[in-house]
Amino acid sequence: MSEKIYGIMAEFDSPAAILHAAEKVRDAGYRRWDTFTPFPIHGMEKVMKLGNSLVGWVSLALGAGAFMSVVGLIWFANAFDYPLIVGGKPMFSVPMTFVPSYIMLIMGSAVGALIGMLALNQLPRLHHPLLDNKRFEAASRDKFYLVIGATDPKFNVTETKKMLEVVGGKQIEIVEDKD
Amino acid sequence: MAESATNLEELKKLLPPAELRRAPVVEGNKGLGWLTDKLCVFAEGKTPLWWWILFIPAAFAATVIFPVCLFYQVFTGVGVWGNNHPVMWGLDIVNFIWWVGVAHAGTLISALLFLTKQHWRTTIGRMAEAMTVFSVMMAGLYPAIHVGRAWFDWFMFPVPNSNDLWPQFRSPLMWDVFAVNTYLVVSSLFWFMGMIPDFAVLRDRSTTRIRKGIFSFLAMGWTGSARHWHNYEKAYVVLCGLCTLLVFTVSSIVGLDFCTAQIAGWHATIFPLYFVIGAVFCGFGMVLVILIPLRKWCGLENVITKSHIDKVAKLALVSGLIIDYIYMMEFFIAWYSGDPYERWVFGHRLFGHTYMVMGWILIGINVLVTQLLWFKKVRSNLALLFIIGVLINIGMWSERFVIVVGSLYQDFLPSNWGKYMPTRWDIGLYIGTLGAFFMLYLLFVKFLPMIAISEVKGVTPQADPHHPLGGAKKEAGHE
Repeated sequence: MSEKIYGIMAEFDSPAAILHAAEKVRDAGYRRWDTFTPFPIHGMEKVMKLGNSLVGWVSLALGAGAFMSVVGLIWFANAFDYPLIVGGKPMFSVPMTFVPSYIMLIMGSAVGALIGMLALNQLPRLHHPLLDNKRFEAASRDKFYLVIGATDPKFNVTETKKMLEVVGGKQIEIVEDKD
Repeated sequence: MAESATNLEELKKLLPPAELRRAPVVEGNKGLGWLTDKLCVFAEGKTPLWWWILFIPAAFAATVIFPVCLFYQVFTGVGVWGNNHPVMWGLDIVNFIWWVGVAHAGTLISALLFLTKQHWRTTIGRMAEAMTVFSVMMAGLYPAIHVGRAWFDWFMFPVPNSNDLWPQFRSPLMWDVFAVNTYLVVSSLFWFMGMIPDFAVLRDRSTTRIRKGIFSFLAMGWTGSARHWHNYEKAYVVLCGLCTLLVFTVSSIVGLDFCTAQIAGWHATIFPLYFVIGAVFCGFGMVLVILIPLRKWCGLENVITKSHIDKVAKLALVSGLIIDYIYMMEFFIAWYSGDPYERWVFGHRLFGHTYMVMGWILIGINVLVTQLLWFKKVRSNLALLFIIGVLINIGMWSERFVIVVGSLYQDFLPSNWGKYMPTRWDIGLYIGTLGAFFMLYLLFVKFLPMIAISEVKGVTPQADPHHPLGGAKKEAGHE
């Protein structure tokens, strides 16, 4: 069992404090860092330059796929494999497929949104080094954490610690990765 | 500290006068930690007596009455119900529409009010979603057993099979299969996804190994990272949009089941809208019935405030008024069409010999009782609102009875007329589904985060980085 350093964690008391600290950490040139908060802080995605989330595209892709598959299925079932005359109407027409395929579009997009969210977040995961840390339990309560990862090119235990102190972090500690 | 205090004083001067201010989402808020404790305490504390008093009869109905009625019907046949020619759609379809209706207000509150940025919805959204999920389960059961041979239900799904059987996709009844199943899946996904961050809260607070294990499993390793929240919020908006579409789709399709038939009283283009609004109205009644006792018993009066209940009551009033308008239009069009069958059916809704009581319950509750909600005194009287909520549910149930049975029992040929009376198996199954619904709901309230913890925290001033309570300083440039 080798014990590596996962990163350095600093605690903040308010959303404004962590937002300003994040701005400074970004300006200092760090890349592999993240903030952990009990709720989304608005403005953080701009500070961290997260851009637009890809979840919408995953959802659209699955929704559109489901829509087209059901159109195809209806054509196959009611017009090709077993042609069915209903009320003297054509075997296949686009409007007749709309309602079931639209509903399956909703189903596909919803599944896509959830799966996309989980996949992009790399969830479910069985373990995370931060979840071993007793103090980190307050991240779902009323404290805000900024963690700079050990894989960051600028990471240096003493300098990073000092920097986190300067930006107002409290309870600065090293998080270990027990693998 | 001193600086933020002066900031607060200055900020107060800038606020609009008291009557124009928005009510705070959480009353008497003492900070994020306090709020977390308050919202978790019921799921973590000792089970109170009232919970058992409600749970035992509900569980009896769900585990004894429900399976007995269900299996007796499945093994014997639909004949054990009162359904017979000409009333082939009896209480099973009435209850199906009623349960779908109950579901709709939940989705409307959690999805549509999110898209319109109503912060107060965060406090009641989760409870409304749970109501949706459980009532769609109950709704979906009815058509599945109404077909008579429940073991052939798979015929409704497009499964390749050796008989070369495919569903007929032009039928609204077929669309219903898709709609109800999609509604169940999507509302469950939405409900579950909303709970992931709250599972993490309960995981981090858990004291026993078992609790920790269960909630760690459910939270799936959620850490609250900004990257996670970023994707999560996007997924949440997308799901809200999709759920809003479902509010308007599912009941519309149930309405189409009726209006594509030629029966007088059903064959009207207003039906999809009629069913959507009726569903929402009925659901708001159920929301009042569930919220008013639970906020008191679970000690959530500061979170689900009177102002939130007032807003739900106002929404009930709005949907009730639209329903009243639709009733007027239905009667007017029946008269104006000059169609003798339409006139006959609508006349008999109120003055017929067999089911006129149901027609007057419909008018008495959905038209008259609803008007009470105009008054602020009524909307702030919780006991009265609870009774109105129960009455709305009864009123909407009788509306569905009037539509389904009232249109079928006397059709075009007098020799084809008949009567319908529900049997004990009809009623037993309804009691069973009510029991199952309330049993599931009580289990949800006791074991799962019944308030969206992270969402409620997210709309408090303490969570706003530009608010003094969120730590903003004057020189930050946000005045």
